[in-house]
Amino acid sequence: MRARKWQLIITFASTTAAMAFERAAKTQGLPGRLIPVPTVIKAGCGLAFCLEPAARTAAQQLLAEQGLAAEGIHEIWL
Amino acid sequence: MIYFDQAATSLLKPPAVAAAVARAIGTFGNPSRGAYAASLTANRTVYEARVLLARLFNCPRPEQVAFAANATMAINTALKGIVSAGDHVVTTALEHNSVLRPLYELCQSRNCSLTILSAQQALQKGLPALAATVQGNTKAFVCTHASNVTGDLVDIRAAGAICHRHGLYFLLDAAQTAGVFPIDMEKDRIDIVCFTGHKSLFGPQGTGGLCVREGLSVAPLITGGTGSQTFSPEAPAVMPEHLEAGTINAHGIAGLKAGLQYIEQLGLPELRCRQQRLMRRFYEGVAALPQISIYGDFSQAERAAVVSLNIGAYDSGQVSDALSEEFGICTRAGGHCAPLLHKALGTMQQGAVRFSFSHFNTEAEIDAAVCAIKSLARQ
Repeated sequence: MRARKWQLIITFASTTAAMAFERAAKTQGLPGRLIPVPTVIKAGCGLAFCLEPAARTAAQQLLAEQGLAAEGIHEIWL
Repeated sequence: MIYFDQAATSLLKPPAVAAAVARAIGTFGNPSRGAYAASLTANRTVYEARVLLARLFNCPRPEQVAFAANATMAINTALKGIVSAGDHVVTTALEHNSVLRPLYELCQSRNCSLTILSAQQALQKGLPALAATVQGNTKAFVCTHASNVTGDLVDIRAAGAICHRHGLYFLLDAAQTAGVFPIDMEKDRIDIVCFTGHKSLFGPQGTGGLCVREGLSVAPLITGGTGSQTFSPEAPAVMPEHLEAGTINAHGIAGLKAGLQYIEQLGLPELRCRQQRLMRRFYEGVAALPQISIYGDFSQAERAAVVSLNIGAYDSGQVSDALSEEFGICTRAGGHCAPLLHKALGTMQQGAVRFSFSHFNTEAEIDAAVCAIKSLARQ
């Protein structure tokens, strides 16, 4: 397995909300990508957005601007 | 072949639609079921289609757009998802069976009651008859935007205002008008817009859906896997997954997205203007012919691009068949799934031959159809 890194993970109540965030992040130039929701955060399925922890403020700002609700914002080794 | 059955499905589509579907079939994984490139590509395309639809209907949030197999499924979802036992619902005699049959079913299964505005009442500017139908248990008003038989338009701005004033939900069947006439969920105060993808949105058959006002909870028609919240015993409460159980038709939606982009590029006024010009040309070519009966109000400046007619007492099916066999002209005959309107028009037995036009049609095609009708009327 690849080396683990400390990552910021945003989870959403729906995959559509995750898609909406990805689109907004791309438009705003916020680097990150969609990944399967890590089971350490939530068992089940769905998509989460993975970013560098330093992007937390920018991500929170983007969520607010877009009127998108994150289910959770986590920092984990991934 | 001359195709005049746009109101049934748009056979004439922008080439980008078929190309998008073919590309999707070769490249899409299951949307919402994976985080690898093929799945995300599908999911992004579906999301972009939601964005385009939200913009088309001025629905404030793309997440409020839920896909369904067609307008009928969307209407069933909307009606069965908001109407409770004992509720009263108001509709019109213009409706397609996609509205009437679920309503009749609700009357049986949930002991609901129904008031049906006559075609004349439904088409009156300002819909003055609607307010008088409201009772204490009236839950909703559901209507088509345009008659699929005559093309006559309902004053939806007035309907929305009346519904808002009386606390009713306003459900719009936009099967005949989405992609041609402006529909504004905010200004028209529409709670749910039900649309089909395969008519004037130029998508493939098997696409459609509903745009639901934010904050309005619609009980799902079906439940199942959504690609999220695996361990919850219930459907996710959030839109659109709340109403989208099972794998959605992402290949079809890719085509629908291409159709929506085409519409945005051309613009509704241009599309409508071209259709209207062709419809008027046909109407003017046949209206004065002996033995021709035309249905609907052509004195209105704006109407859906439909001309339904009969030749004398001839069976509409025979006329439509002759148009197809002798002239290569595709029309729809019979009852058009609108039983109450045919009853009002007195055409239950005869039906009507419906010509419905696309902006892809040409004036030469219209002139050929006028000649064909003249020829048949002489026989």
